[in-house]
Amino acid sequence: MLEKDIKDISVELEYPMGMLKDSSTADFLAKVHARVKARWKSGFSESSFRRILYCAGICVLVLLVAIFFSLVIASLPAIRNFGIWFLSGVTWDPVRSEFGAFPFLVGTLATSFLALIISVIFSIPLSIFLGEYSAQGATSTFIKSMIELLAGVPSVIYGFCGLFLLAPLVRNLEMKLGVAPYGVGIFTASLVLSIMIIPYSASIGREVISLVPSDLKEAALSLGATRFEVIRKVVLPYAGSGIIAGILLSLGRALGETMAVTMVIGNSNFIPKGIFSPANTLASAIANEFTEATGSLYLSSLIELGLVLFIVTTVINVLGKLIIRRMGVGV
Amino acid sequence: MKRKVFALRMNRVLCFITVLSILLVLGNKGMAKQTELIGAGATFPYPLYSKMYDVYHKEYGVKVNYQAIGSGGGIRQLISKTVDFGGSDAIMSDKDLAEASAPVLHIPTCAGAVVLTYNLTGDPQLRFTPDVIADIFLGKISKWNDRRISAINPGAKLPDMNITVVHRSDGSGTTFIFSDYLGKVSAEWKEKVGTGPSLNWPAGLGGKGNPGVAGLVKQTPGSIGYVELIYALQNKMPYGMVKNKKGKFVTATIASTSHAAETNLPDDMKVSLTDSDAPEGYPISGFTWILVYKELNYAGRSEEKAKELVKLLWWMTHEGQKNAEPLHYAPLSKKAVENAEKLIKSVTYNGKPMMK
Amino acid sequence: MEEPSIRKRILWDKLFKVIIILLTFCSILPMFFILFFITSKGISVVNWSFFTQLPKPVGEIGGGISNAIIGTFMLIGISTAFSVPVGILAGIFLSEYRKGRLIYFTRLCVETLQGIPSIVIGIIAYIWVVVPMGSFSALSGGVALGLMMLPVIVTATDETLKLIPEGLREASLALGVSYPRTILKVILPAGISGILTGILLSIARVAGETAPLLFTAFGSPFMSLNILKPINNLPLMIFNYATSPYPEWHTLAWGASFVLVALVLGLNLLTKFVTRKWKVQF
Repeated sequence: MLEKDIKDISVELEYPMGMLKDSSTADFLAKVHARVKARWKSGFSESSFRRILYCAGICVLVLLVAIFFSLVIASLPAIRNFGIWFLSGVTWDPVRSEFGAFPFLVGTLATSFLALIISVIFSIPLSIFLGEYSAQGATSTFIKSMIELLAGVPSVIYGFCGLFLLAPLVRNLEMKLGVAPYGVGIFTASLVLSIMIIPYSASIGREVISLVPSDLKEAALSLGATRFEVIRKVVLPYAGSGIIAGILLSLGRALGETMAVTMVIGNSNFIPKGIFSPANTLASAIANEFTEATGSLYLSSLIELGLVLFIVTTVINVLGKLIIRRMGVGV
Repeated sequence: MKRKVFALRMNRVLCFITVLSILLVLGNKGMAKQTELIGAGATFPYPLYSKMYDVYHKEYGVKVNYQAIGSGGGIRQLISKTVDFGGSDAIMSDKDLAEASAPVLHIPTCAGAVVLTYNLTGDPQLRFTPDVIADIFLGKISKWNDRRISAINPGAKLPDMNITVVHRSDGSGTTFIFSDYLGKVSAEWKEKVGTGPSLNWPAGLGGKGNPGVAGLVKQTPGSIGYVELIYALQNKMPYGMVKNKKGKFVTATIASTSHAAETNLPDDMKVSLTDSDAPEGYPISGFTWILVYKELNYAGRSEEKAKELVKLLWWMTHEGQKNAEPLHYAPLSKKAVENAEKLIKSVTYNGKPMMK
Repeated sequence: MEEPSIRKRILWDKLFKVIIILLTFCSILPMFFILFFITSKGISVVNWSFFTQLPKPVGEIGGGISNAIIGTFMLIGISTAFSVPVGILAGIFLSEYRKGRLIYFTRLCVETLQGIPSIVIGIIAYIWVVVPMGSFSALSGGVALGLMMLPVIVTATDETLKLIPEGLREASLALGVSYPRTILKVILPAGISGILTGILLSIARVAGETAPLLFTAFGSPFMSLNILKPINNLPLMIFNYATSPYPEWHTLAWGASFVLVALVLGLNLLTKFVTRKWKVQF
């Protein structure tokens, strides 16, 4: 690069000439700057820009594929050792290197479904309220913000509050019922989970309900139906699949939730005997034992748990999103 | 005019990038000059180590970052070569040593006691015998007012409550010491459950780390768990006296732990202190070790770091020992320190011993 | 079949309304409880020394969360640096080419990425960064968080840019502006509010994540600005302290929770402000 060009640039950009004069670093910087500037003026050629965009898109694809394959490769020792019986094995014994995922599958499904049932009791009325009764106005905005806040609170804080606020209450309940007063266990974990997943099904439910065409509703009303009957017979059937999709999405969230569950589930690697027993989910087992899995079989068994979790949550999430997309809701 | 605006903006951007990169470089260089040692492992000695490293940092300026993730974690991370040293109260198994594929030294730092802590109204002082402990944790004794417990505790008011067992959910050296003891005193335990840092517990709740177990016992009425002495003391929780081999009911103290440590100490210091023959010894005691590779040139570690590590180990077994007693850990006996010195002196970097 | 009387039907209607309103308000009660408890327990702990001191060893009173706060910001910085450039470019890619097999699959991938549980992302970051590096580090934590932020940013960019009318793009191209410049200097700024919202929301999400950091960032009792070394951060600290039996640590955890919740809610509010102020109306 000629001295003249450097001078030109510094004049153009009003750099103090001194900054660009002596050192070789400044020289180099000036060269780079000049080149970029020239490029900028002429514009990155369209094709190279498109190539960059293309690369970014491919990057995302490659990332997902890489994640899947990394998980598979890392779980190979376990897959080779246990085969499909990994999923049905009921013992998780690190001492004897016997690893079976069944207790965690039970724990995961039990907490997630229980949480789902509890959350649905609240999220469907919530969606109906926001979609039908109070679609605009101060109350609606207030409740909508509250729901957003619920979704925004970090998981570890839910776990913390669950451990210190909810567990003692559950302990009292258990003592009254004559059950072992653990305070932690499937019941507590499901309660905490259900609060956490309400926002997901509620917001999607609200959107589908508000999308129900008003002429359908008005037709029913003009025929003499009460609001309740309109909701029951027109709105809900119409929005039904959307609501189910929202519930599926919240299920996907519940399955993968780690921190809050780990803190209140009692951490037992056995098949839980009842609703108040301690247990472990796929996610909490990984969180508890990953840093100390001695032995490559132990580690790859834990990673295989992660693989199972990955597959299950992906299937449920994709299913939910497909249904939503078909309903035409922009989520 | 446009050029001026562009120039101003460019200036601002350049300044920002420069400041950011300076920060990053400084962060890297500045902190790297100050060696930082990373260790992970046992929660058993964590109160002692965190105090020791705080003192060491104030005296020598070297940061030692120790994360208490359990002995199993310490062993695993050492094998994966992601840490500079591991902390463990469990002796590494042959399988683990084979996986490490290089010799690992067990350098003792102190001895501690595993106590049985429980949550009963009135905090009664209870006594336990080996068979009762084994059967409680096997799930065979399920109520506090069981005949066998009241037989050895004539004065105590034992409620008609279920016993909730609390054990470790993570890989634990404390579990190792406890199960080693139970394996020695109960044939059924040895057969059914065995010894190790992670067990297939027949019953109970799992807590993460010594703190987790202590926390659960503290909050769960009618529960019993096993923790290192300091955790029961710091949380003002009651703990039981245990009948030792010679038939005496002993309370865990610095003295009784030290007595238990007065056994034959092999050169590699891989020895269990449980069920000791010492007449005044507390039967559920154990050493806790720092695990290091004998050859410190691995995974790109520098000689500088190796020197600092060896210095740290020397300090922990000498001047650092005075932090042990205030925290109720038993300091190393003279013979133990001698053996530790021999082990530390055998640490090499590229074959060259780090300390003469 | 006998028609139920009109009065009965109206009764059911009113009953239904009451139940709905009741259940709705019940469902937002937990939020009140959580906020109330965190504020009441946390605010008494928060003072100047809380923000500026390092945590003390076990059993000693006092100490603060200074390294956790710096660590949180550092991790957010690293993850943003990773995910924003790639995310925005990928989002532009998706919104520019609307049809085609590749686009369909890429969109599917983005949605799948969004649904991956955070602990699985932690495993991936361990395999990809911690093991090759031979040490835990802030970098691996940043990579994990960046992976979590990526799909949110891509989706936000894609959705925002889709809403910008074709006319703007065509007008710019008609005036002779080159294609890359059109995208970067005309379209992107028009959608800046949506994109910024996406970035802020994803930051709010990862600020509170703990699971992926359990075996990547590892935690540390010291202050650190070094991205190649382990680092502490707020949610990790809350987790460690909450599950301990020491009351002093519990108090610190309440204070840290207060700070974290304030941070996350603050980011959410900022999002609303950004949307309102910078949204371009068409």
